[in-house]
Amino acid sequence: MESTLQEFNARIVAASAAKTPLQLRGGGSKDWYGQAARGEVLDTRSHRGIVDYEPTELVITARCGTPLAEIDAALAAHRQVLAFEPPRFDGNATVGGMVAAGLSGPGRQFCGAVRDFVLGVDLMDGQGQILHFGGQVMKNVAGYDVSRLLTGSLGTLGLLLQVSLKVLPQAFSSSTRVYEVSQEAALHLLNDWGGQPLPISASAWVNGVLTIRLSGAQAAVDAAEKQLGGSELSNGDDFWRDLREQTHAFFAEPEPALWRVSLPSVAAPLDLPGVQLIEWGGAQRWYRGSASAVSIRAAAQAAGGHASLHRGGDKSVGVFQPLAPAIAKIHHRLKASFDPAGIFNPGRMYPDF
Amino acid sequence: MNAPVAPLFTVARQREVVAALKAAVPAHCVLFDEEDTRPYECDGLAAYRQLPMVVVLPENEAQVIAILKTCYALQVQIVPRGAGTGLSGGAMPIADGVVVSTAKLSKIVHLDKYARTAVVQPGVRNLAISEAAAPYGLYYAPDPSSQIACTIGGNVAENSGGVHCLKYGLTVHNVLRVRMVTIEGDVVELGNAGLDAPGLDLLAVFIGSEGMLGVVTEVTVKLIPKPQQARVIMASFDDVVKGGNAVANVIAAGIIPAGLEMMDKTSSRMVEPFVKAGYDVDAEAILLCESDGTEAEVEEEIGRMREVLNASGATAIAVSQSEAERLRFWSGRKNAFPAAGRISPDYYCMDGTIPRKKLAEVLLGIARMESKYGLRCANVFHAGDGNLHPLIMFDANLADEFHRAEAFGAEILELCVEVGGTITGEHGVGIEKINSMCVQFSPQEREAFFQVKRAFDTAFLLNPDKAIPTLHRCAEYGKMHVQRGQINFPDLPRF
Repeated sequence: MESTLQEFNARIVAASAAKTPLQLRGGGSKDWYGQAARGEVLDTRSHRGIVDYEPTELVITARCGTPLAEIDAALAAHRQVLAFEPPRFDGNATVGGMVAAGLSGPGRQFCGAVRDFVLGVDLMDGQGQILHFGGQVMKNVAGYDVSRLLTGSLGTLGLLLQVSLKVLPQAFSSSTRVYEVSQEAALHLLNDWGGQPLPISASAWVNGVLTIRLSGAQAAVDAAEKQLGGSELSNGDDFWRDLREQTHAFFAEPEPALWRVSLPSVAAPLDLPGVQLIEWGGAQRWYRGSASAVSIRAAAQAAGGHASLHRGGDKSVGVFQPLAPAIAKIHHRLKASFDPAGIFNPGRMYPDF
Repeated sequence: MNAPVAPLFTVARQREVVAALKAAVPAHCVLFDEEDTRPYECDGLAAYRQLPMVVVLPENEAQVIAILKTCYALQVQIVPRGAGTGLSGGAMPIADGVVVSTAKLSKIVHLDKYARTAVVQPGVRNLAISEAAAPYGLYYAPDPSSQIACTIGGNVAENSGGVHCLKYGLTVHNVLRVRMVTIEGDVVELGNAGLDAPGLDLLAVFIGSEGMLGVVTEVTVKLIPKPQQARVIMASFDDVVKGGNAVANVIAAGIIPAGLEMMDKTSSRMVEPFVKAGYDVDAEAILLCESDGTEAEVEEEIGRMREVLNASGATAIAVSQSEAERLRFWSGRKNAFPAAGRISPDYYCMDGTIPRKKLAEVLLGIARMESKYGLRCANVFHAGDGNLHPLIMFDANLADEFHRAEAFGAEILELCVEVGGTITGEHGVGIEKINSMCVQFSPQEREAFFQVKRAFDTAFLLNPDKAIPTLHRCAEYGKMHVQRGQINFPDLPRF
């Protein structure tokens, strides 16, 4: 392992000295995500393996290049899971890429996002220094929470070498229910149910059908089934997997481009031409249609959220919603301190960053 | 002790700063007579005191902006302050600085039962949010023990937890948006009303930043449905190691209890005469294990927990049969700090977190330190998440005892770092644990923290000299950075 780290160090030091960009890359399962990647590839997969996993501590620590599949298998052996259900996409996703991309799946609605489960990271910065932030314990307020700052940073601040994640037990029981309702009615139901102590762990509305997953103690799931009615979807696990992996029919066609709109769950249906799929109790809305980037962003902003060009389309419109000037200023200063030569994934998040 | 010797400010400087602040905010918001500033000289860590030059209490965001711009122009250092309940001296004033109190920013701006969010000013008390949400069957989950008094602004600064955070998370998991003012007077919104925001997750790094990155003017919190019922199991063990193993067994059985607390014998004997909670004072460890949810769900989970605890060698088990009984079982744990104050003139509360499997090793270490320092220590433990609160008892009137208590505390924290844990789980570093930061973080890591601070606070005026120690301070402290077990790359230069 030391030789791998020494190699990473040598490449980063050399790239910083020459100011040549490096493209940090795990399995490449999300190459299409964000602005176009540039620079020479630094493949993290040589630095792999689970370093520590104590089921009773609810913490797993793994090197960046570890395939998510390996983590899944280790956790499954102890009936535990990554509760935020990260997408595996083509099956090559690594744990480092998962944290760097910060994408969460259906479980995000109830359990939280990737960042909520990141407990600590080891980072190699632009000078090739190894920095350790956070740790392997759940409560830790020593120093700023840099581990969570790095989650979703798309590798723009440094090379994640190792991460520690909180894990949770699998639910004792779960059940998937479906309801034929309009988008408006679905949003109303989801927000209404959200205010009640119900074990709803995931939700999706598409094509006039609302699907929810109930997870928890058997008694809680039984009681909620009785209360909420609807009919059972027998192959529920397949449905949630297709949603997580974006292999559901809604995502199948490459055109028109797929937009992700993040909104307050109570926001009214987006008035845009095209089709929508709603997740996370109304807080995540997938859109494909003919609306322009400007009008999608305007609609998102007016509803109190933001929009990103998730997959496909013309990236020259900017993949992510532009930042307010005061926020952009802080971003640039952070970039300059962790990566003074600007070598890590330049332009992957914003063209000037 | 760590408290700096006070460099006195000049009368001319005070006049200059007061005049400038009075030009920025109404005169009644600016305090500078000693009798008015005295109440601000310390927070919950009363051993560390410093009278501030000026205290200012803004009444709205425009005034916060004006205050920060004024202080920036005059290069005056600022200490933001909520209710002052913090236990690490994070709100201890600076002798020639200004304390900005959020006490008058105490409005609940908007509570939306449908969206399950509340928009509140920073001076709103933690419990006041849950009280306002109660008519809708909702509440704000993080419940630090000071929740009756502490404010949400302070909770954001410290990333406060509580006894239910294993299941419901910390402040960082329950805040959607923070609106704050930078030292340059920029108003910045971090996060938003949805679940995420574009760009880097600045909200996450701001939460828990101990008032060093900006002054909060508004917070949007998540509200969640109140569980219909909660019940708690009280289990006794004749050995702390068995108690620790029982906790591991509960988790291994796939249960995430709503609360999971452990007390050692010293603690239960300390609290029982005080609160009469019905604790088994002969037990070496008492475990409180709570389940919440619907009635049927709780019934199912309690049954499962009881089975695991029995199999783990519990010598006695009691399950609360009513809400009154549940509160009584908890009363001992919740009154551990006051009880320590009752049996000892002073106590010093530590806040390390450890991997749970190291509990026995750490408790043994603490027992050794009790004889080394000649002081008693009671241990209460948020067992679910590994957060240990040793309460070191001493008498501050005996100068030597205070120093011994401080050294005892620092040695406990070093042990926490050594076993792979951290020096603070929820109380923050503040001024109290600043030296122990030298043990947990390398000079390069501390420099990275300073860079994060500079990205927000270019002028280095917001609560400086707290939380992150300088190289110089660490050199004076003279203790080496302890390498944690897992990340030894012996051949790689650590610079």
